[in-house]
Amino acid sequence: MENNVIIALKNISVTFGDNNVLKDLNLNIRDKEFITLLGPSGCGKTTTLRIIAGFVNPDEGEVIFDGKKINDIPPHKRQLNTIFQRYALFPHLNVYENIAFGLRIRKQSEKQIKETVEEMLELVNLKGFNKRNITSLSGGQQQRVAIARALAVKPRVLLLDEPLGALDLKLRKDMQVELKNIQQRLGITFIYVTHDQEEALSMSDTVVVMDSGVIQQIGTPIDIYNEPRNAFVADFIGESNIIDGVMIDDCLVDFSGHRFVCLDKGFDKNEAVDVVVRPEDVDVTEPEKGMLRGTVTSVTFKGVHFEIIVDIGGFKWMIQTTDYHPEGANIGLYIEPDAIHIMKKSEYSGMFGDYSSFSEEFDELSEIDEEEEE
Amino acid sequence: MRRSGTGAKLISVPYVVWAALFIIAPLFFVVYYSFTNAAGQFTLDNIHLLTKYIPTFLRSIWFGIVATLICLLIAFPTAYIISQKSDKIQRTMILLVMLPMWMSFLIRTYSWMAILQDTGLINSFLVKIGIDPVHMINTGGAVILGMVYNFLPYMIMPIYSVMAKLDFSMVEAAQDLGSNRINVIRRCIIPMSIPGVISGITMVFVPSVSTFYISQKLGGGSFDLIGDVIERQFQQSYNYNLGASLSLVLMILILLSMAVMNHFSDEGEMVI
Repeated sequence: MENNVIIALKNISVTFGDNNVLKDLNLNIRDKEFITLLGPSGCGKTTTLRIIAGFVNPDEGEVIFDGKKINDIPPHKRQLNTIFQRYALFPHLNVYENIAFGLRIRKQSEKQIKETVEEMLELVNLKGFNKRNITSLSGGQQQRVAIARALAVKPRVLLLDEPLGALDLKLRKDMQVELKNIQQRLGITFIYVTHDQEEALSMSDTVVVMDSGVIQQIGTPIDIYNEPRNAFVADFIGESNIIDGVMIDDCLVDFSGHRFVCLDKGFDKNEAVDVVVRPEDVDVTEPEKGMLRGTVTSVTFKGVHFEIIVDIGGFKWMIQTTDYHPEGANIGLYIEPDAIHIMKKSEYSGMFGDYSSFSEEFDELSEIDEEEEE
Repeated sequence: MRRSGTGAKLISVPYVVWAALFIIAPLFFVVYYSFTNAAGQFTLDNIHLLTKYIPTFLRSIWFGIVATLICLLIAFPTAYIISQKSDKIQRTMILLVMLPMWMSFLIRTYSWMAILQDTGLINSFLVKIGIDPVHMINTGGAVILGMVYNFLPYMIMPIYSVMAKLDFSMVEAAQDLGSNRINVIRRCIIPMSIPGVISGITMVFVPSVSTFYISQKLGGGSFDLIGDVIERQFQQSYNYNLGASLSLVLMILILLSMAVMNHFSDEGEMVI
């Protein structure tokens, strides 16, 4: 494992003014992997990327590339390239010249340049666009030119800073698949920054969840989803009900006034814990058959399923079910042992996972805020 | 469009009247005087007389080109340096660039006379530190200096305003693709500043070619420019017809050079 680490960040700290952007960050990136830095805006993910690219110098810590410290090496001498958030294509050059930019700096022959540019245009499905002006291209096409331009100089690592943020949903999905394909075909390392958890889960080999300048969890998408380390990760990746519980014994946890069998071990006896139950893992039953009982307080039709909010002893759960249950109905809930995930208490305990203030509108509003900030 | 038809027409009436009075009518008189004699009869004599002034025309154009190039050489790095500073410093520096324009053009030119004269500021200083005085006033160099000094802000401003709006991520992208500092300037900043350079060149070249007064005061009468000749026809010789035909040719020359410039900037826009 250690051997094929291509980039290592060691004890990185960055401060802008009195804002501690990154706090003692450590991260190993393996060669040829698709790694995603995921987190809300202001979590330090873009700063991490800019440190790797060389646009930001960390106040403390070391950036290691291929075993060598590169803190003092300027961006233009690093063997990695960036796809910028708004592409940063050169408006005074056409598609061909944009892609050829890095090659001309490397003083390659016209023939070599032509070969590489054609190859890149084919890679990103833009054959025949050579003479087009950048401004005449759609967002998706500009995105492809940016990818071709960065890949033309054959970097060992490609850095992508929210590259799909400006595209509409359909195009974004297509580009996700395409980016993943390109990464696998070329066999180079992709370091991808996004705040979109779905994007992170569907593309990455490794996901790094960040918040307030600290890495919260590193793992495969499945690990991150199924075994979140704390309430922040559980809430940021997908929907989660996060309930206060007490670990009675190995594989036995008490929450919401009931003892549940679970699969988690290694906690102290009677340790206070956070219990995560995903909305899709709860089975709805008759009230008398359920382990827990509650009243439906709201129902939203989502197409594939209904999303219902259930009041259980004052705590509101979100549950996804394919059966309709009207508002005010009394229902029972049944939870399998493998649907329960136990987390140690953390600074995030109690901040997430309660749906009493939940509203779609609120969620959307806060998303808009996020985009404006960036 | 139709909706605002009559309203828009009404609103444009004052402008149309203004344009007719102060743009169309003078143009008409220039053309009319060019092709008539003092008695008001049609003649081509004025046009024939122009051949006498070909050297003056050439000198005007030559001085204009030199002044424009010097302005460009000074303005480009200045604008670049200003655009790299913080907002507050940018505002102050731009204010300093504009400051001389708050004073009268005549006063500024007179002050240069005082500075450049054989017994002026510079030469008295040179004599004081034991260097032989240098003859500067009444030379071609002094005339060009006057033009550069007076028109430099017109070059700095358009270039600066383009540079200030440049997306810094372009510079980062250029670095990212392997450009060192020189390549960033050569391959990224210069080509993207071309629209500003073009309008700067137009804004300096046109007044430089047609200027008078600067050449009279700093050139001492031995570097007549076409503007001076035209002025004399109206102020001293009262030969409105010859003055008008000189103006007409100058106007055509300027329009031609602007057309050439616009051609470049159109091309620029297509790429940009």
